[in-house]
Amino acid sequence: MSSYIAPLKDMTFVINEFADLDAVSKLPGCEEVNAELVDAVLGEAAKFAQEVLEPLNRSGDQEGAKLANHVVTSPGGFKQAYQQFREAGWNGLAGAAAHGGQGLPHIIANPVQEMWNSSNMAFCLCPMLTSGVMEAMAHHAGAEQAARYLPKLISGEWCGTMNLTEPQAGSDLAAVRTKAVPSGTNGDHYKISGTKIFITWGEHDMAQNIVHLVLARLPDAPEGVKGISLFIVPKFLVNVDGTLGARNDVKCVSIEHKLGIHASPTCVMQYGDAGGAVGYLVGEPNRGLEYMFTMMNHARLGVGLEGVAIAERAYQHALEYAKTRVQGREVGQRGGDRVTIIHHPDVRRMLLEMKAQIEAMRALAYFSAATLDKAKRHPDAGEKRRNQALLDLLTPIVKAWCTEQCVEIASTGVQIHGGMGFVEETGAAQYLRDARITTIYEGTTGIQANDLVGRKVGYEKGASAFAVIAEMRKTAAAINALGGDLASIAKSLAAAIDVLDEATRWIVDSFPKNPNAVLAVAVPYLKLFGTVGGGWMMARAAVVARKKRAEPGADAAFYEAKLVTARFYAEHVLPKAAAYAQTVVGGADSVLALAVDRF
Amino acid sequence: MKVLVTAKRVIDPYVKVRVKSDGTGVETANIKMTINPFCEIAVEQAVRMKEAGSVTEIVVVSIGVTQCQETIRTAMAMGADRGILVETTEEMQPLAVAKVLKAIVEKEKPNLVIMGKQAIDDDSNQCGQMLAALLNWPQATHISNVTVNGDSAEITREIDGGLEKLTIKVPAVVTADLRLNEPRYVTLPNIMKAKKKPLEIVKPDALGVDVKPRLKTLKVAEPASRSAGVKVADVAELVAKLKNEARVI
Repeated sequence: MSSYIAPLKDMTFVINEFADLDAVSKLPGCEEVNAELVDAVLGEAAKFAQEVLEPLNRSGDQEGAKLANHVVTSPGGFKQAYQQFREAGWNGLAGAAAHGGQGLPHIIANPVQEMWNSSNMAFCLCPMLTSGVMEAMAHHAGAEQAARYLPKLISGEWCGTMNLTEPQAGSDLAAVRTKAVPSGTNGDHYKISGTKIFITWGEHDMAQNIVHLVLARLPDAPEGVKGISLFIVPKFLVNVDGTLGARNDVKCVSIEHKLGIHASPTCVMQYGDAGGAVGYLVGEPNRGLEYMFTMMNHARLGVGLEGVAIAERAYQHALEYAKTRVQGREVGQRGGDRVTIIHHPDVRRMLLEMKAQIEAMRALAYFSAATLDKAKRHPDAGEKRRNQALLDLLTPIVKAWCTEQCVEIASTGVQIHGGMGFVEETGAAQYLRDARITTIYEGTTGIQANDLVGRKVGYEKGASAFAVIAEMRKTAAAINALGGDLASIAKSLAAAIDVLDEATRWIVDSFPKNPNAVLAVAVPYLKLFGTVGGGWMMARAAVVARKKRAEPGADAAFYEAKLVTARFYAEHVLPKAAAYAQTVVGGADSVLALAVDRF
Repeated sequence: MKVLVTAKRVIDPYVKVRVKSDGTGVETANIKMTINPFCEIAVEQAVRMKEAGSVTEIVVVSIGVTQCQETIRTAMAMGADRGILVETTEEMQPLAVAKVLKAIVEKEKPNLVIMGKQAIDDDSNQCGQMLAALLNWPQATHISNVTVNGDSAEITREIDGGLEKLTIKVPAVVTADLRLNEPRYVTLPNIMKAKKKPLEIVKPDALGVDVKPRLKTLKVAEPASRSAGVKVADVAELVAKLKNEARVI
């Protein structure tokens, strides 16, 4: 059984060398951000992840969360770990300074989140949902609401949840039926009633109070998405002086039995069984979905990071097994000693496939985190807009591509273990089971791909996509000019950019004429974009590694490995771009040719 | 009461240590470094004493390269009030460390010096003892408990036969063993605060100390790898092997 070691060197390589830490540190409110701070924060977070969260990952999976009499008990050790987590102040990492947070940028927060997820994704979901609530309230709650709830959420004394889904309203939130009726003598609150499902950490024993953000309809609300409002529904009502009052009319009626993330209770929440749960309107009526969408980039990038994190953990696990499991001899050796399986070429290929893709995914995820920081904080309006457009384009790609790759990578991790991988005892299977949810929640891969080809590429005639492609071409030209051992990377990247360009043109041309055809190949297009985007990041890494390798006192072995990994990506992963592109421009017809009733 | 604690920068215990190819030492370039775990315990002890109200100021000292500032920042994030880096690129050997610390102690005049019992890199276990001798102060090494009452301190030491209880006069030098405490996890707000705490940098020359190494390392090599064991049939065979082959009984 391996234990998680945070890949700090790989992380800081991306952060410092080419995810543009320098640019982020020049943003307003980021004056204290520099490489030393990154080292200090990541170093301590690594310690916490390795020593506190990781040891509870397997036991949490085996034990699972338990429900009895509407009370959820978290697996052994989780409550204490959460208390330590909260006391160490990690919950407030990116929280607003005005309410007691540290206000650090995403370029620091996201790598830290990667470590929480690698060491214990089921645990990490609880603070992750809380930070989603923090983000939504920071933007849309009134000053009085913010003052009442935010400091306790940032300190982690209270947790938060997101209540969107209902049995009939999953990807289609227009179908939300939960009711909110004005109540109270001065109409200061509403009575909420309805059923919400798939509520992550909807009920548990780790915090004093749980603040539910609930989507519901007012009596006079218009049909569809324009009639949904957002409400704060605390588990315990909060008195004016901040102390906890009566238990609200909301309870957990069951928890799901799932494929993975067993330690994270996925709750069915019942509101208003005893007359209506007290809820408080956030912002204006009927704008709930719009409010939710302002934090969607943040949440979706977060799930993309889960993909990076679980893939990294699965890789470390497989690598240790490959280095210790002795089986067979090297080809061409007769009678020599038996060797560890990492000596076998196919095992090495699998390990490199994992490693190369993880590095590409991490780079794209951190690059997007830095883009988010710039979109949020840049003082220049033009730069802010440019980064927002780039972020909007990258978000569905990071979310869906990183998680889809993660499922494959975790599966390869099982494969490296051979028969032992299929046995739970080895631990490799948990990563595959946990990974499986990441392509589904926070918008499935299909939803992400539809968002990409529609809102992000189709409607704006590919403006952001072509802007990114132009940037990619600059990197390709730079790497081509360096030549030498980078020549194969340059060639492969240039070819991949060409097919991405061609496929993007096809999407832009076809979208107004035949949107169904575009949607039929949206996922292959998203995978194409992810694959080429990853290749772009790997090429940028190679350029830096080539330069750094030559510097006196450099860690030559580290940079050498970066160059080899980039070459592997160019030779083994990037060629897939051509296949995806071929499907995009020529594969829509067959999808639609078989009529619905012929299946 | 003022306490002086020491913090050595060492290779992170999670890192696999490699011997340099030329056999002159171990590879330290481009390797993750951290505060020596025993020094961390020493810092934790000082911070607990401060939290309990018996200590008013904690000064943390590190000796070595510029990057030792990070080690000092870690100690300050744990709760030390200010730091002193004695900056040098010289290989620091125990006697030189003790001499530097003596100079600092004479300047800072702490009531108690708490050090790690040893550093996990060279495992010398000498600096605390040497410093006490140079200062002509009482010393208590390998401690698992300390309580200061006025001008004396109640000490529990871990010795081979069990625990030894002592009363020593302060000022004194004590060195921390593993069970003195369990160091806390540094909190994020304290990492941010530590950036603003004062950190003074001095050179050994300015302290009037010659830190040139007096010991010469001839060669560093990896320990021989363990060879495979054998299975014995019964206790009698085991005893026979221990007696005749291993010659340990």
